[in-house]
Amino acid sequence: MIHDQARYTHDETKREPLLSEKDQTTVEIDDDGPLPADLTRDSVTLPSLSEPEIARHYTRLSQMNWSIESGPYPLGSCTMKYNPKFTEDVAADPNAAIHPDRAAETAQGNLELRYRLQECLGTIGGMDAVTLQPPAGAAGEFTGILIAKAYHEHHNNDRSEVIIPASAHGTNFATASMAGYDVVELPPGEDGRVDLEALEAAVSADTAALMLTNPNTIGLFERDIVEIAEMVHDAGGLLYYDGANLNALLGRARPGDMGFDIMHYNVHKTFATPHGGGGPGAGPVGVVSELESYLPTPQVKQTDSGAYEEFEPERSIGKVHGFTGNWLVLIKTYAYIARLGDEGLLDASAKAVLNANYLASQIDLEIPYGPFHHEFAATSGDRDAADVAKRMLDFGVHPPTTKWPEMVPEAMLTEPTEIETKRSLDSLAEAFNRAYSDTDEAIESAPSRTAATRIDQASAARNPRLSWHALDSDE
Amino acid sequence: MSFDVPEDKRYLESHEWTSTDDETVRVGITDFAQDELGDVVFVELPSVGDTVTAGETFGVVESIKAVSDLYSPVTGEVVAVNEALFDEPELVNDDPFGDGWMLEVDADDPTGHDALLSPDAYAAQIE
Repeated sequence: MIHDQARYTHDETKREPLLSEKDQTTVEIDDDGPLPADLTRDSVTLPSLSEPEIARHYTRLSQMNWSIESGPYPLGSCTMKYNPKFTEDVAADPNAAIHPDRAAETAQGNLELRYRLQECLGTIGGMDAVTLQPPAGAAGEFTGILIAKAYHEHHNNDRSEVIIPASAHGTNFATASMAGYDVVELPPGEDGRVDLEALEAAVSADTAALMLTNPNTIGLFERDIVEIAEMVHDAGGLLYYDGANLNALLGRARPGDMGFDIMHYNVHKTFATPHGGGGPGAGPVGVVSELESYLPTPQVKQTDSGAYEEFEPERSIGKVHGFTGNWLVLIKTYAYIARLGDEGLLDASAKAVLNANYLASQIDLEIPYGPFHHEFAATSGDRDAADVAKRMLDFGVHPPTTKWPEMVPEAMLTEPTEIETKRSLDSLAEAFNRAYSDTDEAIESAPSRTAATRIDQASAARNPRLSWHALDSDE
Repeated sequence: MSFDVPEDKRYLESHEWTSTDDETVRVGITDFAQDELGDVVFVELPSVGDTVTAGETFGVVESIKAVSDLYSPVTGEVVAVNEALFDEPELVNDDPFGDGWMLEVDADDPTGHDALLSPDAYAAQIE
């Protein structure tokens, strides 16, 4: 296989020992400190290891894991993108690391970067104003729905419901619920898109907002988006765009032009910043001019003299994070946009769509819904999608998202992203086809070549071992 | 594949069962439901003394595949919960109509559950 070279290879007879298993050195403590005697001890036993031993230990652990730098990672709906290293260099520039309380006149460069990023994101999304403050995509959603709520409250318009398609990301439901709204779930239409009749039935004077992503979770463009927007707006509701799938549209179509009023940008998906592992991320939020005055504080503006300064929007919902949010992440976002420019961003969305469609054309699995853009939901039919996925691990790639969304039975939701070349897409297709056509015995016992082989998921969930103490109690 | 649909139970479309004897009825999920869910790893149930309402959620069942709401087939006060499920959620898989039961409810309307699906109707639904 292609990605074997730097890969951890499973060996039943070997496992990486814990640091405490490598060495136990007891050190006597000679301390007359201020703590009472019953809170101190005379000796402590700790591993005593050399720096290379420790470096090798952690490198080995990292090799037992999978990352976008190990190989293809087509986890549908998650957009597991490689992030170019130059963005790290820019974020590491000492000039970026300034105290957030510094006087505006001494931090003009940083303020200008914030202003320009607000403007760039506004242009990309077709939004009139943008806040950079939310620290992640889900925080962006929450900020956006709080803005919708503040808007309705300001207009003395009591609304209690948020409409969300059944295939939406779980965070949409959580966001609406956390903001105090009842969720109205929209069943998918026969073609996998929003069903206008179902939407008509769901929309009412109680509708605060419709949350939608476009293209949707299985990569289908909501062709009726203009009618959808009209229906929601006619009822007095707002349209929220989940930026999860913006990669497909970058430079080609804008949520603002489709009628969306509020949107968030997943900068780790669409631009650059490492994804997963708990962040830090950033989830800027854009709004149309009517909602601009509700944005979190502070915003950055350019004065008549050309200087940049912070200001508090008139009806601001307040702060959703300290200062500018996750500043270094925002710098990486700006670096990516500035480096790629208009042409590069257009190229990124073209490749996101082309890669998904090329990969789809090379795999033997059926894909029930289309035409799709940057991702597709294949079905493994009468084979268990999780088993096929686990077998793919043996072939040196990360498998796609499995068994979701539920509208596709045994779904394998696949998103190669714009970063993969034809070479790596071909290796991915080969892994798909080999796993899909493998014997029942092979897929039901997979994976066998990974650091951890087939996991007993039921036991793991029923008897979770959540700390190293559990290792002791095993003995 | 064919699933157990005992004759002495009534059913909800959402795959819960209730026994038909007396005012105190037992509630659980069906053989079909446990098979669809796969290995059950966690069950969240109400407390004794709580009230459950027919057609509304009373708890949550979590498997390695999915987290699903549980719907009550009857209205009434909970008089017992199967605490064994907290330590051994696999009982739901092993014996869904027996040791895997979830609640005992003092039903307000003991005949109300006759309006639920008959074994034949439920068997037809899951065919």
